[in-house]
Amino acid sequence: MNHKKHHYKKWLMFMLLGMIFFLSGCDQMTVFDPKGPVAESQSDLIMYSLYYMFGILIVVFVAFTVIVIKYRDRPNRKKDSYKPNIHGNKAIEVVWIVIPIIIVTLLSIPTVNTLFDLEDPPEVSNDKDPLVVYATSANWKWFFSYPEQGIETVNYLHIPTDRAVEFRLSSAGSMAALWIPALGGQKYNMAGMQTTLFLQADEPGVYDGRNANFNGEGFTEQTFKVYAEDSQEFQDWANKKKQSAPKLTQDVYDKLLKPGIVDRYTFSSTHLAWVDHGKMGGMDYAVDRYFNAYETLMHLETDNQEEIKDHIDGKQVK
Amino acid sequence: MELDEFFVTGEPLIYGGMVAIVLVSSAIIFILTYFKKWTWLWRDWLTTVDHKKIGIMYILSALAMLFRGGMDALMMRVQLAFPDMNFLAAQHYDEVFTTHGTVMIIFMAMPFLIGLMNIVVPLQIGARDFAFPYLNALSFWAFFFGAMLFNISFVIGGSPDAGWTSYTPLAGAAMSPGPGQNFYLLGLQLAGIGTLATGINLMVTILKLRAPGMKLFKMPIFSWSTLITCFIIIFAFPILTVALALLTIDRVFGSQFFTLTGEGLPMMWANLFWLWGHPEVYIVVLPAFGIFSEIIAAFAKKRLFGYTAMVWSIIIIAGLSFLVWVHHFFTMGAGAFVNSVFSISTMLIAVPTGVKIFNWLGTLHKSKIEFTTPMLWSLAFIPSFVMGGVTGVMLGMAAADFQFHNSYFLVAHFHYVLIAGTVFACFAGLIYWYPKMFNHKLNERLGKWSFWFFLIGFHVCFFPQYFIGLDGMPRRIFYSAPEWFTLNFISTVGAFGMGVGFAIFVYNIYYSLRYSERETDGDSWGVGRTLEWATPTPVPHYNFATLPEHLGYDAFMDMKENGETTYDKKKLKHIHMPSNSGKPIIMMAILSFASFALVFEWVTLAAIGLFGGIIMMIIRSFDYDEGYHVEVDEINEIERTARGLNNE
Repeated sequence: MNHKKHHYKKWLMFMLLGMIFFLSGCDQMTVFDPKGPVAESQSDLIMYSLYYMFGILIVVFVAFTVIVIKYRDRPNRKKDSYKPNIHGNKAIEVVWIVIPIIIVTLLSIPTVNTLFDLEDPPEVSNDKDPLVVYATSANWKWFFSYPEQGIETVNYLHIPTDRAVEFRLSSAGSMAALWIPALGGQKYNMAGMQTTLFLQADEPGVYDGRNANFNGEGFTEQTFKVYAEDSQEFQDWANKKKQSAPKLTQDVYDKLLKPGIVDRYTFSSTHLAWVDHGKMGGMDYAVDRYFNAYETLMHLETDNQEEIKDHIDGKQVK
Repeated sequence: MELDEFFVTGEPLIYGGMVAIVLVSSAIIFILTYFKKWTWLWRDWLTTVDHKKIGIMYILSALAMLFRGGMDALMMRVQLAFPDMNFLAAQHYDEVFTTHGTVMIIFMAMPFLIGLMNIVVPLQIGARDFAFPYLNALSFWAFFFGAMLFNISFVIGGSPDAGWTSYTPLAGAAMSPGPGQNFYLLGLQLAGIGTLATGINLMVTILKLRAPGMKLFKMPIFSWSTLITCFIIIFAFPILTVALALLTIDRVFGSQFFTLTGEGLPMMWANLFWLWGHPEVYIVVLPAFGIFSEIIAAFAKKRLFGYTAMVWSIIIIAGLSFLVWVHHFFTMGAGAFVNSVFSISTMLIAVPTGVKIFNWLGTLHKSKIEFTTPMLWSLAFIPSFVMGGVTGVMLGMAAADFQFHNSYFLVAHFHYVLIAGTVFACFAGLIYWYPKMFNHKLNERLGKWSFWFFLIGFHVCFFPQYFIGLDGMPRRIFYSAPEWFTLNFISTVGAFGMGVGFAIFVYNIYYSLRYSERETDGDSWGVGRTLEWATPTPVPHYNFATLPEHLGYDAFMDMKENGETTYDKKKLKHIHMPSNSGKPIIMMAILSFASFALVFEWVTLAAIGLFGGIIMMIIRSFDYDEGYHVEVDEINEIERTARGLNNE
């Protein structure tokens, strides 16, 4: 008997330690370390749901463990503890129908609220108009057009802090998803239509952004860095680029659209002047030009992408 | 077309695969010839219409596919074990995860369960065979050739590489040139025809061929789950058929249903795919629930708790399964209202599923649990599946899903439900009904080793993936970053644990074939509650010589009490049985040839093949073979031998 108890204690300790280990890891996980109001509302919602989930898990695990140990086939069991013909119990069945319905209701309310909130720019920055950025995915790079500032960047993004960013998402090729986990959840980029995603950074910093939706050979490399800086710094950056960067010509743009991985670029005009992939009319722009381009593979391996990565991570931006 | 375009070249792993294929095929041909087994193979197996044999062929094929999909999985885990690994290049990795997903869902999970249904359902409801035995053989060969067609792609022509969801426009002719994606489309199409036919066949069987006296609400729960699954199949699979056909026409004949050019609607594919795809996950999980219900009741030696609630929750889950497909693309920007509706409908599925979990616990309460291997798999299912279930609810919360979507959190979730649900059920069901199929049990000691390796490996593999996902690691990337190293490495260790478990399981099949005791009693485990255990072992090809008149719930329990058997000499009559036929395999071989030609866009050859298929249908419709009768004397002899009554 004593020996057995000891055994249980060991398991209990093990489980508790495991829980602590994993929960302490929670802080560092990107989704639970939000850098802006959108990511924060999602992180809060997830934390809220986790309480219920842990509750459910504990109830089921405890009931399961107790029942399986108690009712295992062993000698010396009390006779009345085995009742082979029980086939139901209305009262208890109602209980375990009603409780899940209540839980689902309690989870639905904040879910629906958050969903409607995410349709609009975050309330905390209501005093300023959102910064509009057209984020266009092409295989396998990102174009960020700033119509207000009249500049366009490739594979990197500058945003001001404490101001909402209104991403107008579309794609020149296959479907992608713009995801910056530190700032909030993703939304799809699709050719021929435009989706809107509001994000905002509260803390200055460099964040990872990427395409989250598989779209072919270069998918893994379709990443970008987000530089969040205060609005003055952002304005200075934008002004500087507007003056020093070359203009984006249709010819250069078409070359960049060719399926493949490219470096970072900056231009002092945007491709919206001649095509908007978010409209039906711009849907086949890239496909028409590169219909047969996918017959050649890039043979992308971890070796040969080192150099590409150096370029993308590199501090000096052309 | 040059030969080096026809065969896949340049990958050492694939050359290895080619060598293996050649060696295994020659070995099989040699063994069959050396032991003069060709006639036996043709007469007893390839032309059979017996549901039990067809079921065995389904399960053997599914095990082979589990091996193939598992190898894919291990290759992926090796590539992700260390940051910046260079085991698979990007393109190869894409092919591997595409075939892993497709093989596991379409060619492993479904046929495995359909195999178990084939064997068990007619026995559980007291039927002699399927309603349409010939069609059943046709379904099997459609699946089999579909699977072969899909699998051959990695050595001939190149594997598909657009993910198992095959989203357009990526999977269209422009962005996925070459035969790879065609293999996906036609392999699935061929197998899908088989599944749809099985759905109709089993539904009619259950509705029309139940033993007299077995009311629907007296039917064993596995048969119930099969019936509901058939309804889902019948409603869902036509959608897949149409979607696959449209995309095939797009790719081969240049139409523009899902293209970016000509104002096609690429997103329509996602809708059609998940309109089928979501019900599909219930097609593979509802029968699993049925299997667990049978096994838990049997080894708890107790009646199933809340039978009616169990049946109704299956029906409600099936209904809801058609109303949640949008949750696979909450991030498509459908708007807050649409997402709210689908969020709530998704979470509602947790209610009937929860009812089932608690009913299983209710069944175990006040029972007498015997820890046999099938019971271990079933017990392990409960907590493991609940972990997958609660994360499923979290994914159902659309606003939170924006962060989970396309990440390893999602990967962890669906492996938790599909492995703990479907794969555990496949193992549990196979071990449980194994004596019915092969007249001997699988070794319990080896079975437990394989169970523990697989179970622990499973949790070690997939639990860390929840956390990698929350840290922002997306699915389908072909190398991992250093910050995710530890958890990825743990995950890979777990995957190999599952591999060891599977290897022991396969060894157990061989070991038990040689050393296990042969069965003498039909009720092999001694705990059978349902009619399949009333038949002698080996099960006569006509299943039941006679049936008792009143079949209540847990029919075999009543029979044991009343001393009844399925052999009542006074009631014997001759039995009408269908004849074997070589036409199903020939017809499907011809159609698979047509599909193969279409994969390479050799339209004339494909048309010739299709014409051949039509000719086979005409030949079949002039087939006047009405089957044969098993006479009373023969039944007497078979039953007496099987029941060991010879000395009386």
